[in-house]
Amino acid sequence: MPADRIDIRHVARLARLALTDDEIATFGPQLGSLMTHVDALAQLDTENVPATAQVIPSRNVQRGDALRPATMLTREAALQNAPQAQAGYFRVPRIIAEEG
Amino acid sequence: MSTTNPVILSSSKDDVVLTPELLAKYEPVIGIECHVELKTVSKMFCGCPNAFGGEPNTKVCPVCLALPGALPVPNAAAIEHMIRAGLAFGATIPPHSKFDRKNYFYPDMPKNYQISQYDMPLTVGGVVRYWLDDGRRGECRLTRIHLEEDTGKSTHVGSTDGRLAASTSSLVDFNRAGVPLMECVSEPDIRSADEAVAYLETLARTFRELGVSDVKMEEGSLRCDANVSIRLRGATEYGTKAEIKNMNSFRSVRRAIESEIARQIQVVESGGRVIQETRGWDEAAGTTHSQRSKEQAHDYRYFPDPDLVPIDVSADDVARVRATLVETPYERYVRYVDTYGIDTKRATQLVDDHVLAAWFDAAVAASNNALATVAFVLGDLARLANESGTHVAQGKVTPAALAELVGLTQSNAINSKGAKQVLETLWTDGGSAQAIVEREGLAQVSDRGAVEAIVDEVLAANPKVVDDYRAGKTNVLGFLTGAVMKASRGKANPALAQDLLKEKLSSA
Amino acid sequence: MDPIHDSARALARAVNARDASAAEIAEALIPHAARADAQLAAYLELTPELMRAQARRVDERVAAGESLPLAGVPLAIKDNMCVLGTRTTAGSKILENFVAPYTATAVQRLLDAGALPVGKTNLDEFAMGSSGENSAYALTKNPYDLDRVPGGSSAGSAAAVGGFAATVSLGSDTGGSIREPAAFCNVVGFKPTYGRVSRYGLIAFASSLDQIGPFARSVEDAALVYDVMAGKDPLDATSVDRAVEPTAGHLREDLRGVKVGIVKEFDLAKLDPAVRACYEAAYADLERLGAELVEVTLPTADYGVATYYLIAPAECSSNLARFDGVRYGLRVDGPDVGAMYERTRAAGFGPEVKRRILIGTYALSSGYYDAYYLKAQKARTRFAEDFARAFERCDVIASPAASTTAFKFNAKSDPLAMYLMDYYTIPVSLAGLPSLSVPCGAAVPDDGTRPMPLGLQLATPLFTERALLGYAHAYERATQHAQKLTPPETANA
Repeated sequence: MPADRIDIRHVARLARLALTDDEIATFGPQLGSLMTHVDALAQLDTENVPATAQVIPSRNVQRGDALRPATMLTREAALQNAPQAQAGYFRVPRIIAEEG
Repeated sequence: MSTTNPVILSSSKDDVVLTPELLAKYEPVIGIECHVELKTVSKMFCGCPNAFGGEPNTKVCPVCLALPGALPVPNAAAIEHMIRAGLAFGATIPPHSKFDRKNYFYPDMPKNYQISQYDMPLTVGGVVRYWLDDGRRGECRLTRIHLEEDTGKSTHVGSTDGRLAASTSSLVDFNRAGVPLMECVSEPDIRSADEAVAYLETLARTFRELGVSDVKMEEGSLRCDANVSIRLRGATEYGTKAEIKNMNSFRSVRRAIESEIARQIQVVESGGRVIQETRGWDEAAGTTHSQRSKEQAHDYRYFPDPDLVPIDVSADDVARVRATLVETPYERYVRYVDTYGIDTKRATQLVDDHVLAAWFDAAVAASNNALATVAFVLGDLARLANESGTHVAQGKVTPAALAELVGLTQSNAINSKGAKQVLETLWTDGGSAQAIVEREGLAQVSDRGAVEAIVDEVLAANPKVVDDYRAGKTNVLGFLTGAVMKASRGKANPALAQDLLKEKLSSA
Repeated sequence: MDPIHDSARALARAVNARDASAAEIAEALIPHAARADAQLAAYLELTPELMRAQARRVDERVAAGESLPLAGVPLAIKDNMCVLGTRTTAGSKILENFVAPYTATAVQRLLDAGALPVGKTNLDEFAMGSSGENSAYALTKNPYDLDRVPGGSSAGSAAAVGGFAATVSLGSDTGGSIREPAAFCNVVGFKPTYGRVSRYGLIAFASSLDQIGPFARSVEDAALVYDVMAGKDPLDATSVDRAVEPTAGHLREDLRGVKVGIVKEFDLAKLDPAVRACYEAAYADLERLGAELVEVTLPTADYGVATYYLIAPAECSSNLARFDGVRYGLRVDGPDVGAMYERTRAAGFGPEVKRRILIGTYALSSGYYDAYYLKAQKARTRFAEDFARAFERCDVIASPAASTTAFKFNAKSDPLAMYLMDYYTIPVSLAGLPSLSVPCGAAVPDDGTRPMPLGLQLATPLFTERALLGYAHAYERATQHAQKLTPPETANA
């Protein structure tokens, strides 16, 4: 597999990461060599093997439908780390297009 | 209203007049995806309140604000609501389900992924049976219902009309972030805008009846998208569909779908091709417009949420929820129309108010006369409740008392005027109909001798009218009947009074 | 009482007996930690005010008759755990000014048990790294050789305990981030079974692998900390609702009759001769102490790094999406929100984090999911099966915790070479097993003159922490390797 097989610009756009040309030049071969290592996984037989998302055997971990005031934040606490707040809201630059 | 009215798209150069013939040539194919807020005390994955409104960012915690390190824990009641909703439509509840992450960036989505369900939803299949205003009935298969969380809300500022495009910045409130939503996905079984609305109305009624959602449109608790395509009638292949978004009322669903059907017919009739795209409904313009082209297609990178563990639903769980299910609004509607003979409009009116319908059912159970009961319930009783600003079920009239009143009118023990009076007293004071009739002396006089005596008095007192009648002015009979009723202080059986009047006027 | 060198157990005992006060321990530790840290750079922030306030509370509670398991025990906290009112950065520029408005469950339990927070420790950014060199803020030094890395990602937590700048500390382990630095810094580093300790308040790297665990200078102290923080947390759906057997004070003292599995695929011949000799001696010691060595096989061993470097980055790419400049942390403005995201994340994340976000996004993206992410999840099942089969033949598996001693700064510039540092720890993480590293001697590296510590990794079946800690305790008690080595620069600090 060629080292530049990953379309880094496309992946970076999905991940919302602006990359410099230098970064693209560095990351390309690095990720390529990692993916070459990863390709070895194809040799591992996983025919009829179920996927494991979680190693623990837990099922149905749920909570009762109740309020938990102790974990709620005051508006001040909610906004204390906001880069920009206005009138109790988080303020962000304009949204150009729908992302959803 | 209906697709048989001609629709003219004036915005296009190549106007095609959508005549009924043209509309009959094409068959619309519609599938609906709708999001419904679940009715719970707390949010889907944290202990913040699931409540509408409030000062911005006051119903938040580390979880729904997606602070670093915070973790979701699912709300058991929301999961049970899903099972209940699925079972009400005959869906299958698979034994295994899970939550997945849907990854995309948007400022009102705090984690920049939405916890949703991808390939193992909580409910699969099922059928929504619905009826239309004209009494026709239809059905639409459900593909699935899955559980997910709502986003926050952004307000766009800096533009004069509050629209996204011209704004300079946006303000975000996370009070709604994390509210549980169910997404109901239908098969493309719907064939008109009216059917789409009927389908949605039935979903809404059913969810309210089940207690899984309040379905308050004005609070945005039911939002829907429609996949619309057209094909020549008789064709078996589906046409290319467009996804219509941003319809926030049943009225806009109807208008948007009609407009989109017309647009697609026009595109095809003028030699074009419908392209697969997302189109937004513009309420003010009354048209849909393209929102996103295909090249911007998203890659949501769904994967199982590693913060959550799988959901197993046992047969016992399903049986336990199933045991709590009651008659669905559709079943109730069918019972009212097919078994009771109530007309479509009034049956719908009852079904739409499930509290009233339950009250009505209790009254019918006691009266054994649905038609007489519905006349009271949607007539005088509804008027009394309306005048005093309360609900029938909250008033002092019990279903048993109304049934008693129905019985008294049916046996001619009181006449309609008396019945009205009894009902008003029941509304004010409560108690039993029979007791009021006795206390207030409202019993209808059906004794032939007693009524005859009054009739004789009235005839004797009105010789001129009697002459008029005999001269052929038979319409004075109403006056004479009224006089008999008045003389009896309303208690005479009006039918008997009239019979006796006719008898005496023609015999003498 | 020696507040700097005494064990957690001894300090808590002294405070509970009122032979010493938490306040005097705090007053001794505060200047000492600052001096030691001037050399080690183990801490991103010392929290003397918090420590004093907590010491006062502890003394009041003890005076009121309470007995607290960690009364007066100085605790360092990895800076990827939220502590109310403290700057919590995860070693990243993107959280430079983030002040946590809540406290992680594991930390809260330790504070409630009387521990004194010395400060927040340095780490590889978002716990991604094996050397500590990926921190955006500081380069933590190995207390045994200031020219060498402490290991990562829990770099500061290992260095603080190894360098006597805290008695115990908390780390987090995703693929070896507790065990490898513990081995490098001559301390015990313990990763409990996945799900034993709440992750609520731990800034996520890879949710299905992350687990909080203690560093200590003895197995007994690690057990003491573990006992306090283990157990179900209603705020973490992956924390397991299962009784936690107390371990401290219940640890076995010998290895007679214990079957120790040696993994065939973990071939010591691949190692540097001095390192290899150390591990061969460790295995021999186990046998000498009455254990029976049995060969077990882990056919998937060589696929560990590949599997891990699909699953962990995939989860991380999604977990780190929340760092977007909207609600907290760094924001680099732009003309619209999309540009703001891209600039903020470009400026806020370091290269290693970017690499992993890119790998993970790629592995999950349309067209690649089945070949990469799903394949890795299936491989993960194979790891669990392989270990289960191995444990049919043995009670505990022993292996190196790291393939080398601590290396010099900037020695590993190739990411893949760095990733392979975790060759021994990753398979255990993929299976979720409880595992620890216990000091097992030292070796003089090729490029050095001074012996550097090594750690023996032990792993047991899911939820068998007491047995695991017992085997380690017995080994530690008989060999006393930790005590044979003292950190040269800080010993007299």
